[in-house]
Amino acid sequence: MDSVLTQFSRGIASVGERVLPAVVQIRTGRAGAGAGIIWQSDGLLVTNAHVVNNRRVSQHALTVQLADGREFTPRLLAVDSEADLAVLRIDAHDLPAIELGSSQQLKPGELVFAFGFPWGVAGGATAGVVIGVGAQVGDMVSTRNEWVAASLHLRPGHSGGPMVDAQGRLIGINTLMNGPDVGVAVPVDVAQRFVKEAYTKWQNAQPHSVPQPAAGGRIVHV
Amino acid sequence: MTETLQTLSQSMAGLVEQSDPKVVRVDARQRLPGSGVIWSAEGLIITSHHVVEREDQIQIGLADGRTVSATLVGRDPGADLAVLRADATGLTAATWADASELRVGHLLLALGRPGNRIQATLGIASALGGQWRTPSGGEIDHYLQTDVVMYPGFSGGPLVTADGRFAGINTSALMRGVSLAIPAATIRKTVETLVAHGHMPRGYLGIGIQPVRLAETLQQTVGQETGLIVMSVDSNSPAAQAGMVQGDVLVKLDGAPVRHVDELQVLLSGERVGKSVQAQVVRAGQLQSLGLTIGRAQ
Repeated sequence: MDSVLTQFSRGIASVGERVLPAVVQIRTGRAGAGAGIIWQSDGLLVTNAHVVNNRRVSQHALTVQLADGREFTPRLLAVDSEADLAVLRIDAHDLPAIELGSSQQLKPGELVFAFGFPWGVAGGATAGVVIGVGAQVGDMVSTRNEWVAASLHLRPGHSGGPMVDAQGRLIGINTLMNGPDVGVAVPVDVAQRFVKEAYTKWQNAQPHSVPQPAAGGRIVHV
Repeated sequence: MTETLQTLSQSMAGLVEQSDPKVVRVDARQRLPGSGVIWSAEGLIITSHHVVEREDQIQIGLADGRTVSATLVGRDPGADLAVLRADATGLTAATWADASELRVGHLLLALGRPGNRIQATLGIASALGGQWRTPSGGEIDHYLQTDVVMYPGFSGGPLVTADGRFAGINTSALMRGVSLAIPAATIRKTVETLVAHGHMPRGYLGIGIQPVRLAETLQQTVGQETGLIVMSVDSNSPAAQAGMVQGDVLVKLDGAPVRHVDELQVLLSGERVGKSVQAQVVRAGQLQSLGLTIGRAQ
């Protein structure tokens, strides 16, 4: 019989195994910019607006690398800088989409984990607990937006990556640090509304009778 | 494999939920409010002394969303504690754990309510010890240091054990950069004293003093560079009875050096009231010892 601590430790590792296939790295040019989340198996990705909105690089310089190593040039479907969300699409199928949780059900004290590429480290994981959820979190500048605040450290490269609960379900999009010790994420419920809207808009804009040309196209290294 | 995690996560969130009604918001300063804990169903609230910056118009935010007014019962700056009386009854009082039950490594939750809703963070007991004296002179039953990050507004909130009892009140103000908790035994003593007297007992000498630099020849003999020069002596005061006169320079009390006013204030804590001690003074360039019985400040 393993001790509770061993079970706890293995539990965290298995959350990582479950989540990491759905985490992508988003690079701008040669630099690693941040992370993204596979939202749907048909190539729909979500990240932070600040990951893709880097003014120094054009949209064409964006590269998405999947956990299995494949690289794609994404197409930007929607960006909302205030909510700090962006929806991307890559031309791929049968991707391992993340399981969505609920940020509304989230309670202070619950365990959460953040994944991404902290300082460029692939599959970097960090753990903490939920401090609070809502528009009024600590002494954070009051905004109209809701946030998830957690007791973990987000680093450059975590941005756009998933914050998940103890079952590995997405509860937020890693976004920023509020002061030195509070990791802040966009709640999954907010992201879900945004993605739905963006996806519907994009679908309606597609000429249905014509076969869709490959968007961007897969990058093949020979 | 994630069942253990799920169980742990749910029990932590459960502890927070269970503690929620016992944690209040204390709105008694200009910036972000602090937190407090319900001591008795009849409205006694404990918080950190440094959270209570103003003594009127103190507002208490309860878990059910109500805001009630409160009055200050008293302060214990040495332990960074303050006791308030909220204008409410039928409250849910906290259940306390003794610091002696804790071991280094125990999981602990720190809670706060700077806004409307409860907030939480996780840590462990990182250092434990016996009785100690705070830099501001408070006598604390156990040293209890944690690694919890004290988020803004968490001071005055509880440190919660894994079984849901409160082990103490968190404060970030007693020592810079160290998260400390004031354990239940000290809180109980402070509450009893403040409810009975409205203030913590303080020692009284009956002198007006100012820091002064000692002559260089004296610095060697006394072993310190500064002392406290007596500017006035209250009549019939303990100092007067001991024969202390204007112009004396107080350098030691009860064997401890008094180089600054702060050092004397720390020495004049409640437990020295009524104690007969030696006061060392420099008079006419000579070191002299006076027998003195410390009085009680009114």
